[in-house]
Amino acid sequence: MPVPSLIQAAVLVVLLAAVAPLLGGYMARVFSGERTFLDPVAKPVETFVYGLCRVDARREMRWATYLLTVLLFNAVGFVILFLILVLQGFLPLNPQHAPGMRWDLAFNTAASFVTNTNLQNYAGERGVSYLTQMLGLTWQNFVSAATGAAVAVALVRGLTRHESKEIGNFWVDLTRSLLYVLLPISIVLALVLLAQGVIQSLSPNLVATTLEGARQAIPMGPVASQEAIKMLGVNGGGFFNANSAHPFENPTPLTNLIEMLAVLSIPASFTYLFGKYAKNQRQGWVLFTAMLLLLLAGFGVMFASERAGNPILTRAGADQVASATSPGGNMEGKEARFGVGGSTLFGEMTTAASCGAVNSTFDSYTPLGGLIAMLNIQLGEIIFGGVGAGLIGMLIFALLAVFIAGLMVGRTPEYLGKKIEGNEMKMAMVAVLVLASSILAFSAIASVTSWGLAGRLNLGPHGLSEILYYYSSASGNNGSAFAGYNADSPLPNLTGGIAMLLGRFLYLVPVMAIAGSMAAKKVTPPSAGTFPTTGALFVGLLIGVILIVGALTFFPVYALGPIVEQLLMQAGRLF
Amino acid sequence: MLRHLSIAFRMAVVTIVALGLAYPFVITGAGQVAFPYAANGSLARDAGGKVIGSHLIGQSFTSDRYFHGRPSASDYDGTRSGGSNLGPTSKKLAEDVATRAKAAGGAAPVDLLTSSGSGLDPDVSVASALFQVPRVAKARRLAEDAVRRLVEQHTSPRQLGFLGEPRVNVLELNLALDGKR
Repeated sequence: MPVPSLIQAAVLVVLLAAVAPLLGGYMARVFSGERTFLDPVAKPVETFVYGLCRVDARREMRWATYLLTVLLFNAVGFVILFLILVLQGFLPLNPQHAPGMRWDLAFNTAASFVTNTNLQNYAGERGVSYLTQMLGLTWQNFVSAATGAAVAVALVRGLTRHESKEIGNFWVDLTRSLLYVLLPISIVLALVLLAQGVIQSLSPNLVATTLEGARQAIPMGPVASQEAIKMLGVNGGGFFNANSAHPFENPTPLTNLIEMLAVLSIPASFTYLFGKYAKNQRQGWVLFTAMLLLLLAGFGVMFASERAGNPILTRAGADQVASATSPGGNMEGKEARFGVGGSTLFGEMTTAASCGAVNSTFDSYTPLGGLIAMLNIQLGEIIFGGVGAGLIGMLIFALLAVFIAGLMVGRTPEYLGKKIEGNEMKMAMVAVLVLASSILAFSAIASVTSWGLAGRLNLGPHGLSEILYYYSSASGNNGSAFAGYNADSPLPNLTGGIAMLLGRFLYLVPVMAIAGSMAAKKVTPPSAGTFPTTGALFVGLLIGVILIVGALTFFPVYALGPIVEQLLMQAGRLF
Repeated sequence: MLRHLSIAFRMAVVTIVALGLAYPFVITGAGQVAFPYAANGSLARDAGGKVIGSHLIGQSFTSDRYFHGRPSASDYDGTRSGGSNLGPTSKKLAEDVATRAKAAGGAAPVDLLTSSGSGLDPDVSVASALFQVPRVAKARRLAEDAVRRLVEQHTSPRQLGFLGEPRVNVLELNLALDGKR
């Protein structure tokens, strides 16, 4: 029995269940504008920011205005980031002389960081300057996460208010999530990571003379500050190409645990915040439970598959049997300090939570292990998901589940005491379809065109998986990769960038519309015909709806990619 | 619309200054004061103070007199981190592993034959270190027992008893070997 790996997973779950109510309760106070323990420091800054930006904090917005302000702020952010990327060659703090990005790569990268995706078609060490890492990427890591948080709170207000036209003020939600949640936790997190060995320096790279007399470059950079918000904001864009596999980003098994906890904390807390707003904590815990069960199931399959290893490597001479002195399993692309247990746990958490960080290379996973990573993304990043975005996706599925239950028993579906009607269902379906059609349409086009096929590193079914993963990660705003696929050429950069923008902003239109229409509805007291959304039955129904939608949409392409590859791997077929 | 565009622009400027400049500079200052060793890369130096590497970054060892680290897709170049990204049914991966196994003298622990995710993995599994003991002992004309004891002394257990995997830092082990000479 792989006991330590399972204890490691169990400890993470316990910590998560403890953090969710604490942080979730705090966040509920933050977004309701109530007093918090940070007020003595943060309140004067908040007031100052509103003055500087001429924000009228008392005025709330209708859903269309809220959506408009989200889009405006992100459009301005996109343009500024694009300019930084293109012009970085002329800007200071660039000791390795990274040149300005080509326009198509800059488009892809700007879209990637503004949408909280953090897909990276460049390599951090050579592709961007220190200034870009700080001013451009760290900045967007904060504000894209804050945008997600704001939108989720707006949707929660929409679902829990009644006969109301407004759903909050975006500028206030943005400012408060930065000032009271993301920034203070990031500061603490950065210092903890530093203590464990993550670097933070503005010096140029060093040159060492190794024991065997060779010259080796030692990379430098302001890593800890970026690493903290990269994980906490569920962004995932590595300072270095190797991301959280790099010893300067994730030096110890303890930082590995802390980084995983940082990723899941805010998304898990959002379920508690939802319960708080709904004035019924069970409404939140039901969503938390459904997410947790899906997370553990995914981890179980991924861990078992990587631990079983690759029979082709056994034939080549690799001893993959785990023992007291060897982690065993499929170690290609994994780090010795994490082993199969710490790598797959991290991989499951980050793909489930829409965090593009990886501490091992998914491209080298066994086909089933890689399939789970893909599935987590394709279900819509709802298994905890991104900051805010995860709760949004799960609530959309909750509406679908309630609707389907209503059809089965022949009653008008209700959620939180409000009738779910045609308008909401149309909008929910649009949201679900945006994601699936972006993934499948772009993948289909890329897999039959020379520009789409050109980037593959691996051939056979694995090549299809590489393409499918790229557009899944982009559309789902995850950001991890089957990194052998080289998407740094104009058409993959452009289509990937468009997929990220669709997956984030086109998705938001129906979501905000739902928030607006639900806020305006009356609440009717529950009757004997009301389907309760607070029990185990609802958890089961919700998981069922999620899996059926996911399985039906993506099963055909799995059969052509990872499933057939798993069988070929067992048979020893090489490409 | 125009009013909100103006707020969006102001908000962008305020947040970029606070989060893109002030925050990383403050963390840099705090790191340099509170954790100078870690913040500057956990460097290893020789007796004369010259940098010979980082305790956290693996380096290339090819001599029989040293323990070898894991295969690296980037040849341990600190400016090119990353894995091989070869898939499970890749012909090249199967050939690479077979070649490495042959060089190692037959079947070996998996981590010694597969490339790491970072290309800069500083560690090998305990099994992989023990696997190399006979070769190193022979090259250095040391007793195998003495070398094995050195491996045991440089084995890090699981952190807090359950986190990660037991492992051996290759650079530190090799430094100790050189000290034994």
